Amino acid sequence: MWKWLHPYAKTERAYQLCQTLFPWFALSALVSFSGGLMWGLAFAPTDYQQGDSFRIIYIHVPSAILSMSAYAAMAIAAFIGLVWQVRTTFMAMMALAPIGATITFIALFTGAAWGKPMWGTWWVWDARLTSELILLFLYLGVISLYKSFEDKQQAGKAAGVMALVGVVNLPVIHYSVEWWNTLHQGATITKFGKPSIAPEMLWPLLLSLLGLALVMAAIFLLRMQNEILRREIHRPWVVALVNGQIDKTAGQK
Amino acid sequence: MNGPLRALLKRDLALAYRQRAELMQPMMFFLLVISLFPLGIGPSPDTLQKVGPGVIWVAAILASLLGMERLFRDDYQDGSLEQLILSSTPLPLVALVKVFSHWLSSILPLLVLSPLLALFLNLSLEMYWTLLQTLLLGTPLLSLVGAIAVGLTVGLNRGGVLLALLLLPMFIPLLIFATSAVEAASMQLQYHAQLAFIGAMLLFSLALAPFAIAYALRVSQN
Amino acid sequence: MTVLSAHDLSVSKRDRLLFDKVNFTVVQGELLYIRGPNGAGKTSLLRVLTGLVEADEGQVQFLGEDIKQIRDSYYSQLIYFGHNLGVNTSLSGVENLKFWCQLHQIDVAEQEIYRVLASLSLIGLEDLPVGNLSAGQQRRVALARFWLKSSAVLWILDEPFTALDAEGIALLRERLLQHLAQQGSVIMTSHQLLDIDYPTKELVLEYRI
Repeated sequence: MWKWLHPYAKTERAYQLCQTLFPWFALSALVSFSGGLMWGLAFAPTDYQQGDSFRIIYIHVPSAILSMSAYAAMAIAAFIGLVWQVRTTFMAMMALAPIGATITFIALFTGAAWGKPMWGTWWVWDARLTSELILLFLYLGVISLYKSFEDKQQAGKAAGVMALVGVVNLPVIHYSVEWWNTLHQGATITKFGKPSIAPEMLWPLLLSLLGLALVMAAIFLLRMQNEILRREIHRPWVVALVNGQIDKTAGQK
Repeated sequence: MNGPLRALLKRDLALAYRQRAELMQPMMFFLLVISLFPLGIGPSPDTLQKVGPGVIWVAAILASLLGMERLFRDDYQDGSLEQLILSSTPLPLVALVKVFSHWLSSILPLLVLSPLLALFLNLSLEMYWTLLQTLLLGTPLLSLVGAIAVGLTVGLNRGGVLLALLLLPMFIPLLIFATSAVEAASMQLQYHAQLAFIGAMLLFSLALAPFAIAYALRVSQN
Repeated sequence: MTVLSAHDLSVSKRDRLLFDKVNFTVVQGELLYIRGPNGAGKTSLLRVLTGLVEADEGQVQFLGEDIKQIRDSYYSQLIYFGHNLGVNTSLSGVENLKFWCQLHQIDVAEQEIYRVLASLSLIGLEDLPVGNLSAGQQRRVALARFWLKSSAVLWILDEPFTALDAEGIALLRERLLQHLAQQGSVIMTSHQLLDIDYPTKELVLEYRI
């Protein structure tokens, strides 16, 4: 059933696929993300309780959701790479990692920034913020581990194991932090509560979510191409590609 | 099967005994770190009792991290690890035995030291008894999960801080449940749920970690 | 009878292709000598043959079966002597060898270990921590394995003559010839020219960029 995927285990085909897909993802990302953001930031109705400061959810919520999905994607790539011994999936995993880490940071930053109008303070040890912080550490750990090895094939496997250990721990960490938070609840209300969200606010949120996902995918396609070129620099097809580019620019002169 | 594993256990314990000077270091670190807290936050007995469980557990985690590096280091560097892999003994069992002998020689002394530290931080008797239970259940968990990261980084030159970066997030649930158990005990409340959770995590890692450690060791051989 | 065979082995290290589509066989009583400049991949090839390292492509077979499937039985008939001696410096020579024998499930009396160490000119040094011995003496302790695991059909040695004096070299050479005469097989690399009175098969690896 998965035979059609097999050719993409070769780096050359994967590179070409990324090249082909990139314009489509970039365009749709631009349209949907800017559309969603504009809709949410400018046109969605003002919140009854929070006024205009709630609008940060159009960045915060998508980035929080995607920070976790990016980690899950890395874990899936790691699993495939470790079980089926495919090098390309490790390259994909590490191309995705810094994107996931950045999105996690954005989620943390916007979450903290949202806290200022809500509770008057820049940081609280709220369950979800704390979980996001730990997720950021998990990302940084995998990235640091990968960078510590000179042999990148070995690095990929090691980082893959760590990503899998992390993904197994992630639910445990998430729920234990939530539980910890209920134990230590202060007098203030700590809620990014879960009120039902009005449809006029929901649709821009979903659009922003889709848009951000497409932005991440587009950036990933670029990074994946770079990672492949970096790793495969000795291969004949890369040399031919580079020479072809040089000839093209030389010819253009 | 029993023969090689028993021989490995005896050898590792004998080696630990011969290197006992090195084993003292995590213990002294443990003691020192905990002694820093009264110096840093004031000696008021009530404050110390309040922060005590958290402080002891954080210090225990840091001290075990310090001692964990020697788990596979010597065997990796002198080639004994290769010979272990090339014997017919299943590598996950080898990993389990090595973690066990390491726990006995490096971590158990920390537990032996714990009454003294409970005294330093003014823990009540119930709190101490709970703390000891959490240490007994939780420190093997530290060793098992830690060994995975140690196995992955054994070939790297300066694995120390990287090890901490990789492992500290993983230990957070244990920290949360252990300290919550001791706090519950201090308020005369039940703490079985927390202990049960730690026990569950321990059983889970006991089942899976040896395979992950074995795989990590093979990756390092590349 | 073919003891070990390599089929289309490709190995890369640090994203550099070391060698591609290497094929060879080793039969009983054969000595295979792997040659090549530094960095050509000799050690990597040996480690792939032992199963410590995975090849990118290709297969290694022991007695006709993939080594990945028959690890246990392969290892019971193999001795690998690598760059690292596999000897712990805090333990004595006897303790090291006794442990190694127990690990590989070799039933041997302690007296025998002492006898082997004596024949390697290590009398009086058997109970000292190995860290106190010279480099050549440490090597001899590690080499004692070749006298203790007589069930091993295949020996894989990575530059075994390094740091040995003339006497050590002679002892090892004699043991190698003895093993080969008993229909054992040997695969080895060496920096020194192989001065051994035995028909040798050669495999040359080249340095690839």
